[in-house]
Amino acid sequence: MIRLTRRYRFSASHRLHSDRFSAAENADLYGKCNHPYGHGHDYVLEVSVTGPVDPKSGTAVLLPALDELVDKWIVQPFEHRDLNTEVPEFAQRVPTSENLVDVIEERLKANWTAYFASQWPRLEKIRLQETQRNLFERTI
Amino acid sequence: MLITRKAEFSASHVCARPDWSEEQNRLVYGAAANPHGHGHNYSLEVTLEGEPDPATGMIFDLKALKEIVNHQVIDALDHRHLNKEVKPFDHIVPTVENVAIEIWNRLAPQFPAGGPAKLRNVRLYETDDLYVDYAGGELS
Repeated sequence: MIRLTRRYRFSASHRLHSDRFSAAENADLYGKCNHPYGHGHDYVLEVSVTGPVDPKSGTAVLLPALDELVDKWIVQPFEHRDLNTEVPEFAQRVPTSENLVDVIEERLKANWTAYFASQWPRLEKIRLQETQRNLFERTI
Repeated sequence: MLITRKAEFSASHVCARPDWSEEQNRLVYGAAANPHGHGHNYSLEVTLEGEPDPATGMIFDLKALKEIVNHQVIDALDHRHLNKEVKPFDHIVPTVENVAIEIWNRLAPQFPAGGPAKLRNVRLYETDDLYVDYAGGELS
């Protein structure tokens, strides 16, 4: 088994605000992230997969397929977009990076079999860097 | 406890199988199949596991580790065309997976059972945005 990690980038804006809370509570909870017109980040996404190395090709993952999957379902829909208004999942969810990791996981899983027909490679980990100081990671 | 030593080498390669069509190679390897080759600044992280010697306070002499990595890996791969100059890549495709496995195979005998430290992981960056981790063991 080998683990392969690929890094992708997208820049997007968001605003952290929940209708469950009052304006004052939102401002208190989310601080600067609640400023009314939003703000943006240069996100760095790491997708890790594991699998056996095919003895013929010498690869554990069809890299062009992984790139196409992530590009189509994550990078293109998020790149230079406002997450709150342009990504449907965030109509009802606050686009915190925790929730963004979950949305990325949902999107990758929902479309995985269209790109990888067999049981390998397996999606192992999603790691999202919101800023150089804020990192979010989920092992699947 | 783990200790990790980093090293770099630059090399060129082609990822393609001569018994496959150009179309098949492009599907599996993408631009890496371009026939005249291309190069990368590879970055290697060699991780050892052990407990500090009570007398020296060290798991493994880092000077010795540097020499092992240089002698077994860097001297053989740096500024070489992997397919043409480095075995076994005359008959095995030098994907990032296979290069990492070959590096493991070159390093592992240097850390025999009963020694002060065991080889725990080889991480090989082909670019900043693509790396693999190999910790030995079954490949399939």
